[in-house]
Amino acid sequence: MEKLVYKEPKCLVENFKYTFCPGCGHGYVLAIIAGLIDEFNLQGDTIAVSSVGCSIFLEKFFELDVVGASHGRSPCVATGVKRSKPQKFVFTYQGDGDALTIGFNETCHTALRGENITTICINNTNFGMTGGQASATSLPNQKTKTTPFGRDIKKYGYPIKAAEIIAKCEGAAFVARCAVGSPKLYDETKKIIRKAFYNQINKIGYSFIEVLCSCPTNWQMTPVEANNHIINDVAKYYKLGIFKDVLEENKSI
Amino acid sequence: MEKSIIIAGYGGQGVLFAGKLLSYAAIIENFNTTWIPSYGAEMRGGNANCSVKLGDDEIGSPIINKPDILITLNTQSFYHFEKNVKSGGTIFLCGDEDEIVKSRDDINYVFISLKKITKNIKQLSFLNIVALSAMIRKTGMLKIESLILALNKLIPKDKLNILTSNIEAIKLSAQIVFDNKNSKVLV
Amino acid sequence: MNDIKEKILLKGNVAIAKAAIEAGCECYFGYPITPQSEIGEYLSKAMIEENRVFIPVESELAAINMVIGAGSTGTKAMTSSSSCGIALMQEAISAMCCQQIPGVIVSVMRGGPGLGNIAPSQGDYNQACYGGGNGDYKIIVLSPSTVQESIDLTYLSFHLAFKYRCPVMLLADGILGQMMEPCEIGNYPYKNYNYDIESWALDGAKNRKARNLISLHMDLGELEKLNYELNKKNIEIEKNEIRYDKYLTDDASIIITAFGTVARVAKAAIKQAREMGIKAGLFRPITLSPFPSNELYNTINENTKVVLDIEMNLGQMLKDVRSSVFGKCDVKFTGKPGGGIINSDEILQKIIDLNNNIES
Repeated sequence: MEKLVYKEPKCLVENFKYTFCPGCGHGYVLAIIAGLIDEFNLQGDTIAVSSVGCSIFLEKFFELDVVGASHGRSPCVATGVKRSKPQKFVFTYQGDGDALTIGFNETCHTALRGENITTICINNTNFGMTGGQASATSLPNQKTKTTPFGRDIKKYGYPIKAAEIIAKCEGAAFVARCAVGSPKLYDETKKIIRKAFYNQINKIGYSFIEVLCSCPTNWQMTPVEANNHIINDVAKYYKLGIFKDVLEENKSI
Repeated sequence: MEKSIIIAGYGGQGVLFAGKLLSYAAIIENFNTTWIPSYGAEMRGGNANCSVKLGDDEIGSPIINKPDILITLNTQSFYHFEKNVKSGGTIFLCGDEDEIVKSRDDINYVFISLKKITKNIKQLSFLNIVALSAMIRKTGMLKIESLILALNKLIPKDKLNILTSNIEAIKLSAQIVFDNKNSKVLV
Repeated sequence: MNDIKEKILLKGNVAIAKAAIEAGCECYFGYPITPQSEIGEYLSKAMIEENRVFIPVESELAAINMVIGAGSTGTKAMTSSSSCGIALMQEAISAMCCQQIPGVIVSVMRGGPGLGNIAPSQGDYNQACYGGGNGDYKIIVLSPSTVQESIDLTYLSFHLAFKYRCPVMLLADGILGQMMEPCEIGNYPYKNYNYDIESWALDGAKNRKARNLISLHMDLGELEKLNYELNKKNIEIEKNEIRYDKYLTDDASIIITAFGTVARVAKAAIKQAREMGIKAGLFRPITLSPFPSNELYNTINENTKVVLDIEMNLGQMLKDVRSSVFGKCDVKFTGKPGGGIINSDEILQKIIDLNNNIES
């Protein structure tokens, strides 16, 4: 007897093609989001906010209403959407360049205001779309197009540990860092994003999910090497876990 | 007819409010009017002033370079603005003649004696209203009744006691001016 | 006395805020800056009382991008700022044109360049009309010269923003923002206009195809096509929405061009000049963009010897005046930059001097 283990989410555009490089982590996360939109039956009520970077082409993959934002400003656009239509489901899909480099001010203030939206932030430790330059999240000694000798923390400072910082913002309800690089990590990530969606639907508040993703092309690795790099290196520097969860805190009280 | 008035004093003496009151009274008598507070660097000092214009026609610039009338609630403002008053214009100064040195002979000086006012009015905080109503009575620019009507519009109903004391101040001041209409030194 | 129509005394800034409430503005996002802070201060109370949205934001970048978010759902939204704050918004204004998202931006000009000063100025004519954003775009810029007109043009701003799905800027200056004048709030005149918001606004892809309002168009020829469409819209706006005011221009040998506060000061000077027998008149553009070019050209008559452009800057509108006059007569300019205020005596003197030149 055949058992259906995977069905394409109906909120994905029919016969869509990912524009990502082979082995790129973006596709996994978009698949998770699409699956959850279906699971919570949100397609008809969702307004997605795209950003600048590899995360930009949401409308090409999702059969969802999408509004685009300038570089780093998607949390503001999402705030405008959510405040004007509080009953809609609103999420931003951003990269580390967008949410944590040029737009960290906006990210923090959105967390501080406790906007009832969800931010999915893909952290692949570089500016992917422009060809692999150093971003705020590039690891110490990481070689990129603009740090050809490796990121020298004496010259360029330290990477930003966003989840830890945003967890300190009192308005944030749920802050976590997860990764896609193995089936196990994928399942964990899905669980965490599911919780973030649940939070918004139940008006718990702002959720910030940082997802460590591979960028094989710019890391100059094979997809397998890139996945291993996430597990062995990136996730060592950026610890995985839940940094804030007001639902659990309330339970323990 | 177009009249330009600058009201000046310390911040907190209610010069902006006095200006609004004048503008409102002008509306009641169907004049065109503009009001603008002190602007620019002056905004950050201890002194405040506002410019009020009223006239039959549309008002051009609300900014006044040479006022027809200057009301000063402190001597500092008096010295600051004295030179600007239009030739033939009038300065209403809260204070006595011996407190200042006049530097012009082409304008009129009217003194509202604080020493005598304080005998009649309990609170000095009504100085702005006293000076304004004295000016209105002296110049006949508007009716005192319009000023009282304007007060009724500007002061919220729940602050009736303030309203009553303000009206008292207006009436008293107007009365004093009326009694002393030929004198340059009021009260 | 009671039969006189009830007028209230309002500051320009407060009048704009009150008009926004009356126009049905559902969301206000703003960051304080002199000389327009009263707009946000007033709305911080009024919007909450009306159960609408008010957010004191972290920057002007945030403010304008929140306007984009609210506008994308077809909601009336507004922000306000002054010179350097408006400078920060330029990227988003370009994006709004591209995404065709409606929104109202109030700009109350102060002295520049840089942080400049807080004195009233008209130094942001170019910023408003020609923008600092990227690409082929134009926005509608409305210029009031009285407090009453600030109210009327706030109404018009919301109307045009939704009629054409574009950003509209209300360009006032510090004098207008700070001064009080008798005015009436009246009623929003465009209440019953059908903007067909349902055909484009985002509210979730329920029983219809998904929609998007984006500003990156990478497919071959896509952006070129969009630019032509936007241009068509701009031509339509130019055809339907040009507004201006004329005063004693029919026989004028000297026509003054001025906008905003300067126009009202010039009007006072023109009255005095007329009393002296000098035939002066005023042409005041109300839509600075699109500029009433043909209208100015046609206002110049056989008696007109010179057009005198007056601005509180060093001649930003002058190029539009020159290209409109198109050599039909002489064009002169006088102005003051950086917060210098022009008074009617100075304008009158300029008129007298010009008149002497004409006659000699």
